[in-house]
Amino acid sequence: MSLTKLNISQIHHGLKEKDFSVVELCQQYLTEIKKKNQDVFAYLFINQDSVLAKAKQIDQTISSGQDFSLLTGVPGAIKDNILIKGIPCTASSKSLENYIAPYNATVIERLNKENCLILGKTNLDEFAMGSSTENSFFGPTRNPFDLTRVAGGSSGGSAAAVAANLSAFSLGSDTGGSIRLPACFCGAVGLKPTYGAVSRYGLVAFASSLDQIGPITKTVQDAEIVFNAIKGKDEMDSTSVHLENNQTDFSINQLKIGVPKEYFVQGINPEIKKKIEQVIEKYQVKGALIKEISLPSAEQALSCYYIIACSEAATNLARYDGIKYGYSAIQQTEEKINNLLDIYLKSREKGFREEVKRRIMIGTYSLSAGYYQAYYLKAQKARNQIINNFNKVFEKVDLIIAPVSPVLPFKIGEKIENPLEMYLADIYTVSVNLAGLPAISMPCGQINNLPTGFQIIAKHFQEDKILKAAKFYEKH
Amino acid sequence: MISKEQVERIAKLARLSLTEQEKTKYQKELTVILDYIEKLKKTETNHSDQRKHFKENKNVFRLDELVKENKAEKKDLINLMPETKDNYLKVKTVF
Repeated sequence: MSLTKLNISQIHHGLKEKDFSVVELCQQYLTEIKKKNQDVFAYLFINQDSVLAKAKQIDQTISSGQDFSLLTGVPGAIKDNILIKGIPCTASSKSLENYIAPYNATVIERLNKENCLILGKTNLDEFAMGSSTENSFFGPTRNPFDLTRVAGGSSGGSAAAVAANLSAFSLGSDTGGSIRLPACFCGAVGLKPTYGAVSRYGLVAFASSLDQIGPITKTVQDAEIVFNAIKGKDEMDSTSVHLENNQTDFSINQLKIGVPKEYFVQGINPEIKKKIEQVIEKYQVKGALIKEISLPSAEQALSCYYIIACSEAATNLARYDGIKYGYSAIQQTEEKINNLLDIYLKSREKGFREEVKRRIMIGTYSLSAGYYQAYYLKAQKARNQIINNFNKVFEKVDLIIAPVSPVLPFKIGEKIENPLEMYLADIYTVSVNLAGLPAISMPCGQINNLPTGFQIIAKHFQEDKILKAAKFYEKH
Repeated sequence: MISKEQVERIAKLARLSLTEQEKTKYQKELTVILDYIEKLKKTETNHSDQRKHFKENKNVFRLDELVKENKAEKKDLINLMPETKDNYLKVKTVF
């Protein structure tokens, strides 16, 4: 029996019924990883030794007859920008290549409480900056459906791990689409929670007003299980929020679904457009009211996003200076260090790859004297307009259905030489982060044997609505 | 097209050292990206778009009190430092 194909609910059932043990489950996953990770390169680091020991421990707890939680013994993979104490956390960057995390992220503490099995850390674009995982210092993750193509980014490793049955679930992070895009490219479910729903403590910061950690899973129910385990207020993250337990009950024929007219006009692959129209029809047939809505030009949102994200990134990455931790020029014998400035310049020159340097420079430019008004301040005003527009739209509809990506998973190397073309892959995802809204990426079939997906977007803190609507599609 | 001097100014502010080749490369790439971002200038915004009137914004505070020292954690942090002396972080002189 191939245990690596099971979803979280099936694993829980199997463990309860004693169909298999956690050790057996763990061993099958480790074998599968040994077989496939060379090709897919989802994992950067595998917790080989400690995970079998933990599995034995969990088996003992289970056989003692006590009740155990849904996530007990379930193998998960964690994006390598989330800190796990005592193991490397590299953010796929040379600047953190040898950095051993001194503490656990809050999401890890919460998963540990559930007695999950953390198999290892997954590959990402360096500092989560990218849409294809090609910006990783360690090399790209390959799409399990076609190894010559990208897995999407920046949580490419996390999505590929789930898709290739190398983990039962993964955690990723989403700043401008980094959970939703790779989930879409790999045929997995990816949930980006409302900003503030999940603690960012222990997440390597990229853009602090946009970042969120979220699950990538095989099914919607699995996403719900993981989200419930990690969500909620954290004293260590002042932007995290206490969540009310609102379970709105509704049937599909009571739903008003908005479809943004601007998103389907230009630039989207016509086959993807057709798939999404078929998705919308499924809801319509069950009685949902479909309304055409207007979301402001996606291009404006993309410009706004890149100014804000790069500005926040320029600030957040200032800490990688070779002084307190990380790659430091002072330790390199071939470097001639004359003064403090040399340490900053040389550590950062060698520590960061191109995309990171590009974004730091765009951010620095936007925030610098003489340009701040025209760029950063303007972007903040545009952001508020985007927020207001979403608020107005949600007065008329309950949910929005939209594409995730205008393109199918592209070939490795195809877009990397053209940064702007790469940025355009995010065109449907960034406004969700700017407004702090929750959104899920749901797989909706394949085109030329490549996965594709759609987004369901809701008002703040209405993940329950999204999950229910997504479950409906999954079933039908 | 942004000038080479502008690229040098930005690099200096960002504490990034660039080779001459890199300066030319980033000059081209940044120009393309910044040209795209220029589109934002066309968006009509006004003073009321600034966030001051958002009622939902709340400040989150905690008491400014000392947390108990954790010797093990301190050791982990010191082990991460590139250069130390007598359990202190060693750096080049600032002035």
